[in-house]
Amino acid sequence: METALAQTKTKMWTGGKSPFNVSYGKLMMWYFLMSDSFTFGAFLISYGSIRFSLNHWVDHNYVFNKFPFTEANLPLAFVSLMTFILIFSSVTMVLAVHQGHKMSQKGVEKWLILTILGGLAFLGCQAWEWTHLITHQHDVLVDGVLQHWGTTVSHNPWGPEVMFNGQLVATPGPVAFGGYFFGITGFHGFHVFTGVVINSIMLVKTKLGTFQKRGHYEMIEKAGLYWHFVDLVWVFVFLCFYLI
Amino acid sequence: MNNEEVLHEQPLVVHDLGHSAHEHHHKQSFITKYIFSQDHKMVSKQFLITGIIWAVIGGLFSVIFRLQLGYPDQTFPFLEDILGRWAKGGRLDTEFYYALVTMHGTILVFFVLTAGLSGTFANFLIPLQIGARDMAAPFLNMLSYWFFFAASVLMFSSLFLQTGPASGGWTIYPPLSALRDAMDGSKTGMDMWLASMALFIVSQLLAGLNYITTVLNLRTKGMYMTRMPLTIWGLFFTAVLGVLSFPVLLSAVILLLFDRHLGTSFYLSDIVIQGKILPNEGGSPILFQHLFWFLGHPEVYIIALPAMGIASEVISTNSRKPIFGYMAMVGSFFAIAILSFMVWAHHMFVTGMNPFLGSFFVLLTLLIAVPSAIKVFNWLTTLWKGNIHFTPAMLFAIGFVSLFISGGLTGIWLGNSTLDLHLHDTYFVIAHFHLVMGVASMFGMFAGIYHWFPKMFGRLMNNTLAYIHFWVTIVGAYLIFWPMHYEGLAGMPRRYYDYSNWESFKMFGGLNEFISVVAAIVFFTQFLFIFNFFYSIFKGRKLTEKNKNPWKSNTLEWTTPIHPGHGNWVGEIPEVHRWPYDYGKDGRDFIPQTEPIGADESSHAGQ
Repeated sequence: METALAQTKTKMWTGGKSPFNVSYGKLMMWYFLMSDSFTFGAFLISYGSIRFSLNHWVDHNYVFNKFPFTEANLPLAFVSLMTFILIFSSVTMVLAVHQGHKMSQKGVEKWLILTILGGLAFLGCQAWEWTHLITHQHDVLVDGVLQHWGTTVSHNPWGPEVMFNGQLVATPGPVAFGGYFFGITGFHGFHVFTGVVINSIMLVKTKLGTFQKRGHYEMIEKAGLYWHFVDLVWVFVFLCFYLI
Repeated sequence: MNNEEVLHEQPLVVHDLGHSAHEHHHKQSFITKYIFSQDHKMVSKQFLITGIIWAVIGGLFSVIFRLQLGYPDQTFPFLEDILGRWAKGGRLDTEFYYALVTMHGTILVFFVLTAGLSGTFANFLIPLQIGARDMAAPFLNMLSYWFFFAASVLMFSSLFLQTGPASGGWTIYPPLSALRDAMDGSKTGMDMWLASMALFIVSQLLAGLNYITTVLNLRTKGMYMTRMPLTIWGLFFTAVLGVLSFPVLLSAVILLLFDRHLGTSFYLSDIVIQGKILPNEGGSPILFQHLFWFLGHPEVYIIALPAMGIASEVISTNSRKPIFGYMAMVGSFFAIAILSFMVWAHHMFVTGMNPFLGSFFVLLTLLIAVPSAIKVFNWLTTLWKGNIHFTPAMLFAIGFVSLFISGGLTGIWLGNSTLDLHLHDTYFVIAHFHLVMGVASMFGMFAGIYHWFPKMFGRLMNNTLAYIHFWVTIVGAYLIFWPMHYEGLAGMPRRYYDYSNWESFKMFGGLNEFISVVAAIVFFTQFLFIFNFFYSIFKGRKLTEKNKNPWKSNTLEWTTPIHPGHGNWVGEIPEVHRWPYDYGKDGRDFIPQTEPIGADESSHAGQ
C-alpha cells in the first residue's frame, strides 16, 4: 500500500518547495481570509438566528429609502451607489495588481490612488447613512404616547403600524435590528478602513520604489486579496440587510 | 518577472540568512537575542517560561479554593495575610471563590495549555523537525508572543482590581457576564477578561497562520508530508483548528462587549435586575453558548492534539520501535479535527435544545470515540514488545495515554444526552475533562519538556527529581479526580461554595478533604520540576558532541549543533530520505531521517 501511495504522490509535496506554488505570504493571507470569514460568518449566522426567531422585522424599502440632497423616496438607491463604488474599487485594485505584474510603478500608483479614493468614498457614504439613520426621527407609538425615535442600537422605530388618531403610526420594532445592522456594517466598515490604511502604506512603498527595487509587486497582490475579500463580504452584508 | 522568482524569493532569503548568521556570528544585543527575538527557538522558550509562570498562578488558585472545599468549616488566618479582604477572618469571600474558579479555568485552558503547550512546541519543533531555518514569518511569530504577553499582563492586572477579576466561570455565559450590576466579577474585571481574550485571539491567529504556512511551504527536500514526525501533524491540525475556531470566539466577545457597553441586546432579553426592568429585548443567551462552544469544543482538541503528537513521538523513540499505524494516526488526527467542529452542542444538551437535534450531536460526539480509540490502540501496540526505555519523558507519555483512556471513557457517558441530563454540571464532568484534557495534556507537555530540554538548552535534566515528579503527579492525579466521579454520579453540582449544608452531599465531606490534601501535595511537588527545569538550564549535565542525540532519535532536530544558532543548521539544510520511525530495523537500533535508503535495506513502512 505504501509503495502505491508513493507513486501517486505528486512531485509538489516532496519538500523543498511550496506545494501550492505560492509564496508563504500569499498562503498566509489566504488562511487569514478564511479565518476572517469565520468571524463574519459567526456574525451573520447569529443575525439570521435572531431575525428568524422574531415575528416582525423591518421593511428595508422604508428604512433605506433616502438619498443625500433630496427628499425623494428612492428605496435602496443609495446603498446601490455604495455597492457600486466598492465593487468599482475592486476593479481598480485588479488593475493595480496588473500594472504590478508589468513592473509599471506609475501604473500601480495611479490605480492604487483610485482604489484608496474608492474606499474612502465608501466609508463616507457609510458615515452619511449611519448619521441619517441615527438622527432622522420617526413617530413611534409607545404606551399610547407618540414619541420621536431615531434608529439606534436600543431603539427601532420601524415596528408594525397601528391606527392612532386616524392615521397609521409605527410601534417599536425589534431592537436587534439596530444592534446587528450597526454591529455588522460597522465591523465591515472597520475592515474597509483597515484596507484603506494598508493600501495607503502600499502606495507610499510604491512611491519610494521599494517594490521596484525588490523586483516584484507581490505585496500589492496580497493587499489586493484582502481588498477583494472585503468587497466579497460586503456582497453578503448587502444581501442580508438590504435585500432579504 | 517570472513566477518562480516570486515563489522562491522569501524562502531563499530565509535560507541565506541562516548561512550568514552562522558564518559571521553577527553581534546580537541582549534585547534582540532574549527579548524581541525573532528566532523561533527563543520565542518558544518565552512561551514556555510564561506558561510555567501562569501554571503556578493557576494551580495555586485551585489549591486555595480546594482549601475552602475541603475544610468548609475552618478558617485559615494566613489566607487573610495573602489575600486581604478577599479572605476576611481567614475564610474565602464567596464572590472571590468564583473569581478563583474562573481564573483557574481561564488561565489553565488558554494561557497554559494553549499558549504554553502549542506555543512552545509548535515554535520549537516545526522548523527543527521539518528542516527549516525559521518560521515562514519570524516577525509575525515574535508579535504572536508579544500579543500573548500583552494579554497576560491585562489578565494578571485584573486580579488586582478593587472589584476583582472576572468571576462568571471560564465560559463567561451571559446574562451574568453581560450585566455590570449582576455581581462584582462582572464589572471592570469582565471587561479586562474580554480585552485580554481579544489580544490572545490575535496572538493565536498570528501563530497559527505561521505554523500552517511553515509546515506547508518550508519543508526541506525529501520531507514529504507523510515523512513528517507525528508531532508536526498534531501541531499542524492544532493550528488549523485555532485559525478556524478562535475567530468565532472573537465574534462572541465583540457582541458581548457591545451588550455591556453600547446598549445592544444580542444576548439579553426580559431581565429584571435589582428590581429594575431592563429595556433589552429579543436577544438570546443561548446564542452566546453556540458561538462560545463553536470555539470551545475545538479548543479541547487544540489542547489535546499537541500532547497526542508529542506522546506518539516520545513513545516510538523510547520503545525503539516504529510507530504503529502511522497513516492511521494521521487519518485519526484529520478525523478528530473535522469532527471537533460538529459536536459543540453536546455542551448544551440541557439548555432546552430540541432533543431531535440533540440526537445528531450525540451521534457525532460518539463518533469521535473512533479516531480516539485508533490512536490509543496505536500507542499501546507501539509499546507492545518494544525495547522500552523508561526515560522521564517516556513515563509522562505513557501517563498521558493512561489518563487519556481514563478520561476519554467517561466522555462516552457524557456524550449521551440522556445520561448528560443527570451528569451535566456535576463533579463527574469536572473529573472527565480534567483527566482527558487537563492533566493528560499537562503530561504531554511534561513529556515534551523532558524530551526536548537537551535540545533547548544543551543540558540534561536531573532524572531522580523527574521520577519523583512523575510518580507523585500521576498517583495524585488519579487520587484527586477518580473520587470526583462518585461525587458526580451522586449528583454533586460543580461551582458550589460549601457542600456541608446539603443533606445529600454532606457525606462527601471526608472525600472532599482528601481531594484537597492530595491537590496541595501534587501542587507543591510541581516545584521539584520547576527547580529541576531552572537549575538544569544553568547547571545541568552538558551534552557532549558524542552524546548530542541523547535519546538516539531519528528526527532532524538532533542533526543540528548542540546550541543551534539562528538558522539552525550550519551550511546546507540536510535532505530527508525516509520517515522518522525507523527504529530497530535490519538489526540497527535507529536510522536517522537523513540517511539515504541502502541498496539491500528491507522494504519498510511509511515511504
